[in-house]
This record gives sequence, C-alpha cells and structure tokens, in this order.
Amino acid sequence: MAIEVRIPTILRTYTDGAKQVEGTGSTLGELIADLDSKHGGLGERLMDDGGLRRFVNVYLNDEDVRFLAGLDTPVQDGDTVTVLPAVAGGAS
Amino acid sequence: MLTIPRELYDKIVAHARQDHPDEACGVLAGPAGSDRPERFIAMTNAERSPTFYCFDSAEQFRVWREMDERDEEPVVIYHSHTATEAYPSRTDVGLAAEPGAHYVLVSTRDEQATEFRSFRIRDHEVTEEPVTVVE
Repeated sequence: MAIEVRIPTILRTYTDGAKQVEGTGSTLGELIADLDSKHGGLGERLMDDGGLRRFVNVYLNDEDVRFLAGLDTPVQDGDTVTVLPAVAGGAS
Repeated sequence: MLTIPRELYDKIVAHARQDHPDEACGVLAGPAGSDRPERFIAMTNAERSPTFYCFDSAEQFRVWREMDERDEEPVVIYHSHTATEAYPSRTDVGLAAEPGAHYVLVSTRDEQATEFRSFRIRDHEVTEEPVTVVE
C-alpha cells in the first residue's frame, strides 16, 4: 500500500506522462520529498520557500490541505492526494 | 480556432455582465479530446475582485472530479476583465496552467459592446485564435 497522488496535465512532464503516481511518507511534506526523489523537479513545482506554492492546490482525499495542516498534514497508506493548479489570473 | 455554440457564448457574456465590476470566471467542459465545449459551469471568483480572479479551491476540486468521472476536460476557461481589454494580462499568462484549454477573455469595460476573444496560453506564450459562434 502507498499513497496515491494524482498529477495534473501540466506536471506530467515530471512523471513520464503518468496521471497517477505513488509515494510514501507520514506527512504531506515527507510525501512530497519522496515524490521529488523519484520525479526530480516535481517538488519545486509544488513548493517554494519551504511552503506550498500559492497557486497550487493540494487536496488530501477531498479536503484542501490549507484547511488541514499544510505540509504537516498527516497522510497514510490508502489516502489519495490530488494536485490541481489553481485557475487564477486577472487584469492586474 | 474556438468553435462555440451560441447558447454557451451568451451564458459567458451574461455571467460577465452580471458580476461586473468584479471579474467573473468559469469553465466550459466537453468530452475529452473532442475540443467541443458543451457544458457551462460558472465558477465562484473566490477573490470577488475587479482586478483578480481565482476559482474557489473546494469548488474547483468538485468540478474537476466531476469532469474526470464524465470523461470530460476543461475545453474553455473563461474570465472577464472589467476595465481593460479582453487580452491576457501578465498575471493571466504567468498563472495559466491548462495548456490544452482555450482561454476566453471577455471585457465588460463598455456597457454596450462586449469584447469576446480566445487565446491559447502555453509556456508563457499567448496565441490569439478566431472564434466561430455556431447557432
């Protein structure tokens, strides 16, 4: 068992085109470190300055991790983590 | 080129007019790989701002999952500019993360005439494309 991670189209260049990858860790931060060790560069697309990037949404099962404990959110085998780039922009 | 049914075109314009002077945003979903927008989904602008938009993250998750289950994809991602032209801003280009989508920009700066334009935004490069409205 592992944690299933869903990767959006724009980041699939890091996963050889895979829509889903697996990782391990006891927190979201550890999971991202594990993913980055297997898919070099992915971590940087999710994080900057030690936190999650503002316009990248990460969900544990169906909850935005910003409303949980961010990178410290506990994760376990059988969980699904979904990454979605925020759809954002504007005139300014 | 973007080919869009009149009904969906009108819904986008109506949404943009309704939320003016805040920016309105949403999605037209269509069967994956079809390049055919079929389903109108107005999204909440979590910023409720005249100069910025951001999909509400919980709503986006729900809508994206629903599209996945229906084997759809976001064929069009639209938003409005309410005081400037219907052209992707630097912010729009910097944050564009759906290389397969048509980015539709609507400007409501003129009370009568609505600008409606479509673009591809890939690797920070903007390409305008013609819009064909079908009845």
